Amino acid sequence: MLEAYFPILIFLGIAIGLACIIMISTLIVARQHPDSAKLSAYECGFEAFEDARGRFDVRFYLVAILFIIFDLEIAFLFPWAVSLGEIGLYGWLSMMLFLGILTVGFIYEWKKGALEWE
Amino acid sequence: MVENVVTLAIIVAQIMAIVGPLLLAVAYTTWAERKVIGAMQLRQGPMTVGPWGLLQPIADGAKLFLKETVIPSGANKVVFIAAPMITFVLALIGWAVIPFAEGWVIADINVGILYLLAVSSLGVYGVVMAGWASNSRYAFLGAMRSSAQMISYEIAIGLIIINVLITAGSLNLTEIVLAQQSVWYIIPHFPMFIVFIAAILAETNRHPFDLPEDESSLVTGYNVEYSSMAFALFFLGEYANMILMSAIAVILFLGGWLPPIDIAPFNWIPGPIWFILKICAVLFIFFWARATLPRYRYDQLMRLGWKVFLPFSLLWVVLTSGVLLAFDML
Amino acid sequence: MTVALAVFYLLAGITIASGVMVISARNPVHSVLFMILAFFNSAGLFVLAGAEFLAMVLIVVYVGAVAVLFLFVVMMLDIDVVAMRQGFMKYLPVGALVGLVLLIELFLVFGTLRIADAPIAASVPTPEGVTNTEALGAVLYTEYFFAFQLAGIILLVAIIGAITLTLRDRGPIKRQNISEQVHRDRTKSVRMRRVEPGRGL
Repeated sequence: MLEAYFPILIFLGIAIGLACIIMISTLIVARQHPDSAKLSAYECGFEAFEDARGRFDVRFYLVAILFIIFDLEIAFLFPWAVSLGEIGLYGWLSMMLFLGILTVGFIYEWKKGALEWE
Repeated sequence: MVENVVTLAIIVAQIMAIVGPLLLAVAYTTWAERKVIGAMQLRQGPMTVGPWGLLQPIADGAKLFLKETVIPSGANKVVFIAAPMITFVLALIGWAVIPFAEGWVIADINVGILYLLAVSSLGVYGVVMAGWASNSRYAFLGAMRSSAQMISYEIAIGLIIINVLITAGSLNLTEIVLAQQSVWYIIPHFPMFIVFIAAILAETNRHPFDLPEDESSLVTGYNVEYSSMAFALFFLGEYANMILMSAIAVILFLGGWLPPIDIAPFNWIPGPIWFILKICAVLFIFFWARATLPRYRYDQLMRLGWKVFLPFSLLWVVLTSGVLLAFDML
Repeated sequence: MTVALAVFYLLAGITIASGVMVISARNPVHSVLFMILAFFNSAGLFVLAGAEFLAMVLIVVYVGAVAVLFLFVVMMLDIDVVAMRQGFMKYLPVGALVGLVLLIELFLVFGTLRIADAPIAASVPTPEGVTNTEALGAVLYTEYFFAFQLAGIILLVAIIGAITLTLRDRGPIKRQNISEQVHRDRTKSVRMRRVEPGRGL
């Protein structure tokens, strides 16, 4: 099994190497004349008022949390999908119960308006 | 020892045989996109550089290469440089498990489709890191929007993959294709194919879901501060990702390298040619959508992902598994 | 197997080094990025141990989802690094005490673990011809039924908890009702009136 993964490691190495070569070669070939106006952040001609990394809508956190939950659900579905023929009806019902529990959560989420954006 | 070196050399040669043509394909995807959209809008597209504008992508690349790399003074330099490299590397390494024909694959791993899901779930990092490191308002907002969008549609993609897995019974990409010898999965899973195409448009931040690049409100989104080859790496990554996603769609729904009908004139053409032709067909949908559809609003985008695609594909999972179990077809 | 051994030491070395960087990096965003690197290398170690399914799930769930949330949180908080350093000495005794307790517990666990009794074969991940994923699927949903359902209930609690903690009502907001929009027709939106000349409506 490990032999199958070895090429991926090499592929990763080659891809990273290629990215580095591209970045470094352009730094060498192209002329670099930085000045302070050129290096300031682009805000359509305005001076930047403050640091751009401010707070933002809590909804983005909520989306990330809900994503984790559904991602886990999908992770549980993977082994089930490939072994369904083996585990039969009992396995299927077991998964339906699991999905049912999560659907309760999903309906709660929907009714509470957690999926609304404005 | 000699054998090891030879094996290593063969692997490296195989990887190069994918990466080289892939980068060329990316360049000509941009050319094809401009030509197709031009034709749809009764324009000619690039015409000046070379015959039919064929050298245009080379000229674009050379121009970007000779530009100055601007690193903003407020930026976090290491993260700023690393972000485009991550996007580029991720778009490449997905190809390690893509089978071009039976046995024509660099790494034939048991969990191929899960590997692809993992690689695409990492795509968020290039965007988030770029937006944060730039220390620019537009870049930051673009990155936030983009990442929330990508993770939302990833759920739909995961559930659609589950559907195909139930039918194919394996996580190995070669086996998924071979399971489609009797019928391509686009026929039993047609609604899922439509949802998958929409979801990969959103996952690659393409029209009509290109909110992160909303020119009128965000300039160009997360990559606004990038120039020269750093920008080019984002660009290459985005298009390589499009081709990769098209390849996944072909493997999951369009029977990979299999000919449409296994009879005389069709099965003379070798598998990899079919595979590439099918990828081109899916890529055409990307261009077509860009030329035809207006951009979504952000609340509509999130509504579509969470309230339509998620419940619908989950329902389809229940339906598929139930039907296959009831008729004993697993 | 020398290549596998070399790869193991490489991955393990990077994992430990990035683990150290997570707690020593000055910028919290860098800490999260190093944590991602640590996850990534741990996934590599999982593959070396033969657990390919778990390796991929580690990347999909932890790197692709959990770390994204961490990154969101850390990027948005305006953490004053200097102020944090000042508190470092104050919390050192408590932190050291917790660390010591954990260390003792770890020793107790490993001290009582009897490795010799367990059959060596149990550590081999799967029998020949059965992939990781199938082996998991064969037992997870039937043999470990209750544990599996418990996981579902935990996820449900997590959904409810997340919504209660983060969702705030922000007053009246105009929302789009798509079916209402689509079903709007001429009779509902246009009225034809015959207007007499010179009189207006």
